[in-house]
Order: sequence, then structure tokens, then C-alpha cells
Amino acid sequence: MKDSRRHLTLIALLLAAMLVLAGCDTGHRFVKKTAFKDGDKIVITFAGPVDEAWAKEKASYGVYEEPDPDILLPIRDIGLSPDRTKVTLTFDDRLNTAQAHILIAKEILSEGRSLGTATLTVKKLYFGLLLSIFIGAMLVNNFVFTKYLGLCVFFGTSQRKSTAVGMGITFTIVIVFAAMMAWVLYQFVLRPFQLTFLNIVVFIGLVSLSVQAVDTILRKVNPALFKAFGVYLVLVIANCIAIAVPLILADNEYTGLESFMLALGAGLGFLVALFLMSSARERLELANVPPSFRGLPIAFIVAGLFALAFLGFSGMSIH
Amino acid sequence: MASRTKTNKELFFNGILNENPIFRLALSMCPAVGISTTVMNGLLLGIAVLFVQVFSSCTIALMKDHIHPRIRIPTYTLTIATWVTVIDLVLAAYAPVAYKAMGIFVKLIVAFAIITMRLEMFASKNTVQASFWDGLGMGLGFMFAMMTLGVVRELLGMGTVLGYDVLGFRPLLFFVLPSAGFLVVGLMMAMFNYIEIVYKGRKKAKQ
Repeated sequence: MKDSRRHLTLIALLLAAMLVLAGCDTGHRFVKKTAFKDGDKIVITFAGPVDEAWAKEKASYGVYEEPDPDILLPIRDIGLSPDRTKVTLTFDDRLNTAQAHILIAKEILSEGRSLGTATLTVKKLYFGLLLSIFIGAMLVNNFVFTKYLGLCVFFGTSQRKSTAVGMGITFTIVIVFAAMMAWVLYQFVLRPFQLTFLNIVVFIGLVSLSVQAVDTILRKVNPALFKAFGVYLVLVIANCIAIAVPLILADNEYTGLESFMLALGAGLGFLVALFLMSSARERLELANVPPSFRGLPIAFIVAGLFALAFLGFSGMSIH
Repeated sequence: MASRTKTNKELFFNGILNENPIFRLALSMCPAVGISTTVMNGLLLGIAVLFVQVFSSCTIALMKDHIHPRIRIPTYTLTIATWVTVIDLVLAAYAPVAYKAMGIFVKLIVAFAIITMRLEMFASKNTVQASFWDGLGMGLGFMFAMMTLGVVRELLGMGTVLGYDVLGFRPLLFFVLPSAGFLVVGLMMAMFNYIEIVYKGRKKAKQ
């Protein structure tokens, strides 16, 4: 018990240290902070006031994405805060904020003194990125209500709350397992050998394989759990989310951790959708529904209302 | 000879009307809800599904004697995946704009229950010719359903059909919103059920 608590403290300290390091490391003593804003702006915070003539000059800055130093991004507008410590660069196009950007501030002038050239790295906080992928897959782009995937299984297993929860949990386990295997296979086999055109064939095989694997492992490791959730395993293969997640993580070139977050978000999002729907459908059974609407039609209309409600999440975005 | 053409014709219309994949069997609902916003999208995905269905049916019908019953499902899946890869690459090369509009759904044809179901129920037991007609009927049935949904949503949402202005105004923008897909599919199903109930009632009254 004591041991585990000490481990937890250690991990927490490590995480905090990483956060602090990631937030402060800008590469120049006069620059306090650099950050993305609104998708097409970069904000630089200086330790002291800079000269306006220097700050407003577009030639003072050079910005490019880390992998392509040759392509300088065109700056449209430069804003300076009243106390002259904050410079906002607005770009012509939207920035790819998932990518680290290099910002070169040439010969920074402050109160008439030159402070040398600063080469700065601008990037999103990695935890923020992971969290945004997770929340994005779970709520903002919920696979059922905003991407319309996995509907057959969704309508098939949302009649009872107990079935819905069982299916959701089983699906989450399998999808995380399958997505991690897909990521390894994609990064270390398919891409290096330029076999990405085989994505579909490989991933569908992988999903069936991981269903079989989870089946075998669960049967041996935890028979009680297998008894409860085993029946849903076959249904996972028929769920198009299971094949969509590997395809999405391959298309976006996600890293291992990002893929894990995407798969977890997709699984839990499916669980949330199933739970909401089954709660509504249990109530529907007691309602007086017109005969031609009974069964699937009314379920579709309820799902439509849920989808409308989930539209509300689209305004939410985490940077 | 005459009797065979008749069976082929029956097979063909079976997929379009009696066993329509979307409205009657309620399979492959994802694309029906997801990308039926315009007639064009429905048409293109319909063509892709038609292609995959016909070719997979024929392939399985050709190989049915050599497939061990125990590995038949993986064989079906791999066959479908192969044909989906083919249509995916062809569409990406020759119709890049439409391919982008359909997004991930072209790749997801591999998980459409209707295709696997037809292979299991029909193609693995019948001749190549019969499977071809069955696949064609099912594919066209899917295309027909997708286009019907597309017409309703495009007409009510944008006032256009296939991009041509028909009404001159936009009655209900709501129908173009993605979430309206659920409502339209639900209402269409209810309509089909209603017709069936009325039809059966009349039949009973006649007797």
C-alpha cells in the first residue's frame, strides 16, 4: 500500500516536471512564452518591452513548420500589445497546430539594444493534444451520433441497459487492443515497406484476429467476465467503428499514445451512446407508439434527437 | 431457357423491392444516415457498393467448391476487402472530389453487413450466373434506397435535385444537417411499415 502510494507520487512529480518543462522551454532568455491562438495566430510573450519599429516589421520574423525549413509561412498582420511585451503574428493560412513550428526572431531590439536572434519552437502542449483527441473521439466527434458509424450494432444492442453496457465495455477492450496492434503493424511494417494500399485488407483481418485473441485471453484469465461479455465479442467484428479507428489513425499518422487515446475515446463514446439510447428505449417500451413507428423507426427518430443534442458539442474545442 | 431468364429476373427484382437492403432488411444503415445528403453522393456510393457486391458474389460463387466451411467467413471478408481496395484506389484516382466527399465510407464498404450476408446466404450455394443477378439486384436496391433518401433530403434541404434548382427556395435547411439523416430514415421506414399495414388490411378485407 505504502509502496504504491510512493509510486503514485513519483509519477505525479514526473508528470508535473514534464508539464513545466514543456511550458517553459522556448530557447531564448528574453522570450517568456510562445503559443498558438485561434488556429492562425502565434503569440510571443517577451520578458520586457520591444521596440515597435522592430516588432511591426514583417522581415523580423521567419516561421516554418519543423519538417520543412524551406517553406516560410507568409505573415499577414502583426499586432503589438500596449505594454509592448506581447506580439501577435497573424498568418494568411490556418496553421497546422498539430505540427511543431520554428519561429526565428531576428535581432530582437529592446530599448534600442540588440538582444540577438532567437530561434523558438512553438508547439501545443502534448497533454492537451492527447486530451483533445480523447474528448474529440468520445464527445465532439462521437462515432455514433456525429460520424454515423456502427449503427447496425448500435440499434441491435441498445434495447436493454445491461446489454448496452456489456456491449460497450467489450467493444472498448477489443478496440483498444486492435488499434494498438494496427498502429504497430502500420508504423513498422506497412509504411516502411510502402504497403499502405493494403490497409483495408490488413486491418479487417487484424480486427477479426484481435476479437479471437481477446476471446481466448478472457476465457483463460477471467472466466466470470467471459461469461458476462463473451456473447458480444462476435458482434464487434460487424461494427464498422472497429475498422474505422485503425483507418483513421493510419490516415492521420498518429503516434502510439495518440492512437491509444483515439481508440479509448471511440470505445467510451460508443458506450456512452449505447447507454443513453438504451435508457431512452426502455422508457419507449411503455409509451404508446403508433403501430407503423414501432421498433426501428421510432428508435431512429430518438437517435436523431440525440444526434441533434450532440451537435451542441461541436462548439467545444480544446487547444 | 425461358424459365432461367425468369428466375434471373426474379432474383434481380428481389434485391430492389422485396428484400431491399436498407428499407426492408435494415442492414447497412451507416451510409444511409451518414452520406445521403445529396443524390450524387448516394449514386456514387451505390455504384461502389454495386461493384463490390457483384464482383465478390461472382468470386465466391466461382470458388465455393474449394472453400473449407470452417474458414468461409474469413474468406468472404478477405474477398470483399480485396474488391473494396480496388474500388477505393480507382475512385481516389479518377474521381478525387467525390472520393473526398464520401470520406471514410468507401473504405468501410468492407464492413457492410449486406455484402457478407449475400455471400453467405446466396453466392456460396448458387451458380455464378445466379449470383451475378442476385448481386446486381442487391447493389441496385442499395443504390435505389440511397438515391431515394438523397432526393428527399436534397429537395427538402436545399431545394435542388442533382444540383439543379427545382423549387427555387430552401424549404427546411434542417434536412441537410447530418443529424436529420436519422429522422429521414426513421420516417421512411415508418412509411414503408404503414403501406404494408394498409396493404395487409385490404387483403384481409377481401378474403
